Amino acid sequence: MRPIIYLDNAATTAVAANVRAAMEPYLDNIYGNPSSVHQAGREAKAAIERAREQVARALQATTNEIVFTSGGTEADNAAVIGAALARQEQGKHIVTTSMEHHAVLNTCEFLEQLGFDVTYVDPDERGIVTVDAIEKALRPDTQVVSVMLVNNETGAIQPIAEIGALVRERGIVMHTDAVQALGLLELNVAELNVDLLSISAHKVHGPKGVGALYVHHNLKWTPYLHGGQQERKRRAGTENLPGIVGMGEAVRHAVAEREAKFTQICELRDAMLTRFATELDPALYVLNSLEVGESLSGDGLPSILNVSFTNVAAERLLMNLDMQGIAASSGSACTAGALQPSHVLTAMGLPLERVLSAIRFSFSGYNTVDEVTEAARKTVEVVKRLQR
Amino acid sequence: MKPDIYLDNSATTKPYPEAVDAMVEMLQTHYGNPSSLHRKGLTAEKEVDKARDRIAKALGVKKSELLFTSGGTEANNLALFGAAEKYKSRGKHIITTQIEHACVFEAAEELQKRGYDVTFLPVKQDGVVELEDVKRAWRDDTILVSIMYVNNETGAIQPIQKIGAFLKDKRKTLFHVDAVQAFGKFPLKIKEAGLDLLSISSHKIHGPKGVGALYIRDGVHLTPLFYGGGQERNFRSGTENVPGIVGFGVAVERTLREMKEATERMAGLRDLLIRELAQIERVHINTPTATGLAAPHIVNASFPGVRGEVLVHALETEGIYVSTGSACSSKDKIYSRVLQVTGLSEPELEGAIRFSLSAATTEAEIRSAVQTLASTVADLRLLSRR
Repeated sequence: MRPIIYLDNAATTAVAANVRAAMEPYLDNIYGNPSSVHQAGREAKAAIERAREQVARALQATTNEIVFTSGGTEADNAAVIGAALARQEQGKHIVTTSMEHHAVLNTCEFLEQLGFDVTYVDPDERGIVTVDAIEKALRPDTQVVSVMLVNNETGAIQPIAEIGALVRERGIVMHTDAVQALGLLELNVAELNVDLLSISAHKVHGPKGVGALYVHHNLKWTPYLHGGQQERKRRAGTENLPGIVGMGEAVRHAVAEREAKFTQICELRDAMLTRFATELDPALYVLNSLEVGESLSGDGLPSILNVSFTNVAAERLLMNLDMQGIAASSGSACTAGALQPSHVLTAMGLPLERVLSAIRFSFSGYNTVDEVTEAARKTVEVVKRLQR
Repeated sequence: MKPDIYLDNSATTKPYPEAVDAMVEMLQTHYGNPSSLHRKGLTAEKEVDKARDRIAKALGVKKSELLFTSGGTEANNLALFGAAEKYKSRGKHIITTQIEHACVFEAAEELQKRGYDVTFLPVKQDGVVELEDVKRAWRDDTILVSIMYVNNETGAIQPIQKIGAFLKDKRKTLFHVDAVQAFGKFPLKIKEAGLDLLSISSHKIHGPKGVGALYIRDGVHLTPLFYGGGQERNFRSGTENVPGIVGFGVAVERTLREMKEATERMAGLRDLLIRELAQIERVHINTPTATGLAAPHIVNASFPGVRGEVLVHALETEGIYVSTGSACSSKDKIYSRVLQVTGLSEPELEGAIRFSLSAATTEAEIRSAVQTLASTVADLRLLSRR
């Protein structure tokens, strides 16, 4: 069987060899419970603290501000619920956007069931939520604002630093889901003006089942897994030792190689777009992603390329691509099974037809220009056949 | 240097090599996201499904009744918070015990703060909950009973089958069992006991850390802890820990395959350990010794005149790993909540340590550990002149 050209790196990424190597001793010989006071436990604990330093450094935070979780979803849930519950006496209004990942969106809906009031701010047609739009949604009783740093379907970079400045000046807690941004944008929690920030390991060549939440040291926040003293009483449960070690290593690499990867991934994206431009009638496809930039707002991230091919149903195209050995997706993997029109593109106000024909190619540093060119060539082939 | 003697298997266990190999393979090749529709995703989904199938078979439940979590703590939290929230319109009374693991006990305390009425049942001196107490505590508005199968500090087996029989016709009361320490040690008889919810953890049975599972009987619903992509049939969102789940599946299969023999071996070694410990002056065995009341792998004993923590560290310098109680609360300087409930004296509380065995523990290790322990206890008592 031909090797798969994997262009679904926003869903998950291959585990790096060095990450696997870092994990292996902790899968096997070093197996102590980090909470045990004896040597085997202390050795495990030390490994977790090393990983915590790696993650803290990547976010330019301090180690006591990093809480390990079971992944991005738990980090998002813990952030939003934890902040909302901690401040519910002062107010029960939350502001988020209608294009968040479901880990935030569905969490907010749950909070609504608990009696919280949530405003879902729509992005503009570019897929950007503006500072003005957030400001308009703020109320005297707003306690938490959660806006993603990079949208996982379009790659649009949101003006988090500006939103954070506005929001925190009013004493409101600012959370950002930075899962897709890690490894491509510089994540400096102070410059981003955030109190809470979620990341996940498996999006940056780390293992699945582990993520982290940055919690500003002054933030009042309610943990919600109970029992056990782990993570300074902020997240109960025996630590996923090998996973955490792997995450530390993956994050360290992601940050160290960030600039080189950014450039490399821009080339991948250009290779695909060039092929489309030379072989497809410009009237027959349209980009749902923005031009690439690194301004931290108003630009697109190079790793995510969302494109609609006129008159080609996304599901049909994806099935054909899969048969050709190309893995892409129609949106976030978590909702891929649902076959529902993308809530992100819908929120941007795109016509339904364009939404239903949108597919997402997402790149990583493991892809080559040759691979991507080959994938683009085959995509063009399939699209032309289906458009006939 | 003498090889280490690891007698802290209730805190965590050494992963089986085949579980490690399976995980490494997943990390190496099958990295797809199980929710993805393409081949990479389908392969990963198949592996998760295979693990679910293996574990469901081992538990004697349906595949659709098993959901993966990030570990025992999450499984227990999900059972308590999820059931309490989902069924609050039926009533707000919950029954649990004073000897639960912190992740049940503290979840129950949190529910108390949120307006639930929680009864914490005591235990008898042998560390066992009485069926009669459950019967007395049960009310019309009891929505949940949560009782552990095996206590993690003393090894006392709770009368789950009897309690299950009592609760069987109480259709508005869910029965949750924390089986983290029981799983892999004896058949759990989930269906026979009529259990609605049951939690297990991978790293206690030679699987990887960071993964566990919750059995949810068909027809039972829970309010999720994590919201998002709707994985695990909407009960538990979040990209699956594929290598962890696969490693768990492999560990379960071997554990269950070898269970009968391993349990007999461990029980023999446990009895040997208790007999040997009994030779030490002023020892108090905190594990029930009556037949059928104790799990095969846990022995808790007190050495008055010695501080448990000091003893743990002294043994550690000799390469022997034991603990003072649950690893999850071992940072606390206070005495074990569990042992306090069983009515130990203060010197007994202060001098308690826990030995926990695995299938790999040998007779030579037990004898060597007790020998070192006896002299260490004597030395420490001499030092403290108590």
